[in-house]
Amino acid sequence: MTAIAPFYKLEMFGDGAGLAFALALGFGFGFFLERAGFASSRKLTAQFYLFDMSVLKVMFTAIVTAMVGVYVLSTIGLLDFSLIYLIPTFVVPQIVGGLALGIGFVVGGYCPGTSMAAVATGRIDALVYVLGIFAGLTVFAEGFAWFQPWNEMTSLGKTTLPKLLGLPYGMIVAAVVVLAVGAFLLAERVEARFRGAR
Amino acid sequence: MNTSTVLRGAPGTGEGARASEASRPAQAFMNPYLAGVGIGLVLLASFVIMGRGLGATGAFSSFQAWIVQMISPEHAEANAVYSDYLGDEHPLLAWLVFLVAGTFVGALVSGLLARRSKLTVEKGPRIGTGARLVLAFVGGTLTAIGAKLALGCTSGQALTGGALLNVGSWIFMLMVFAGGYAVAWFVRRQWT
Repeated sequence: MTAIAPFYKLEMFGDGAGLAFALALGFGFGFFLERAGFASSRKLTAQFYLFDMSVLKVMFTAIVTAMVGVYVLSTIGLLDFSLIYLIPTFVVPQIVGGLALGIGFVVGGYCPGTSMAAVATGRIDALVYVLGIFAGLTVFAEGFAWFQPWNEMTSLGKTTLPKLLGLPYGMIVAAVVVLAVGAFLLAERVEARFRGAR
Repeated sequence: MNTSTVLRGAPGTGEGARASEASRPAQAFMNPYLAGVGIGLVLLASFVIMGRGLGATGAFSSFQAWIVQMISPEHAEANAVYSDYLGDEHPLLAWLVFLVAGTFVGALVSGLLARRSKLTVEKGPRIGTGARLVLAFVGGTLTAIGAKLALGCTSGQALTGGALLNVGSWIFMLMVFAGGYAVAWFVRRQWT
């Protein structure tokens, strides 16, 4: 079957329509983030105090849903996986950056996407967090000469787990599904155990 | 402005977020698995329609490059980070800027429909408003530096790359959880 997606990459429409789709997709994203309670810093950070593990549940359910969708659509040939943009892997920067973002998350109460949802629902702490984002971006941009060598360390290029491990795509998809279900079962038990900690 | 504790004693139910003047209480949050499927379908639609996933930090970077360019075009052009977000088009005509604008409106609509919107500073009962806002600022700063180092945040890396089985995204995601759990004890008075 000839791939009919991604539509934009196959030039079915132009940049203007792309921006309109961005608005629509963003609307859906923000709507479900707020529905999940992710415009609330207390709800989000509860993940780290174990009495409400919604962050893990929402994130892994979303990942599994999209992952299985991409797998099915590309396996039957409708979606050309090679045309989907993949962020290149840099091992050390992504370890250090992940740690910094995780610390910033529990200290500040949000991540960049959820802070937007929180500002939209009147959270003043989220607005201050966004000011912090701009401060951080300024530190990074103005200090780029110092950050640059860090940023380009340990490059693996654009690579996926199936390619890296030399295993079939479907097998990794199945493994992630099993892992996610295990994480959900564990999360439910942990929540029940720490419910008194709130 | 109400700076009292929201969600006190009722995280996960949305009960505590009710506005005191509202006649009806705020709705409970959606089941997390259902909300996850919703976000996953939006992400899948983004892959199918655009060939790219969701993101947030890039929009902030575009906005910043636009501001710096207005203050000093020479400084913006000379810096590799700002100039990355500057081209022939207006810096705000960027895909992620529109996505994040949509995110704002989507959350606004959802919050209003569920009566969860409220001007407030969210925090636990054991911390003052000033201290909470200082930590919010510090957290935002750290997050931004982390996202720039990692080439993406929770949306652009963890969520999007997670679904594509991107190696760096999975490393990043595990580290986000590790970083959060590592310092949670030190800031526990802010939240619990």
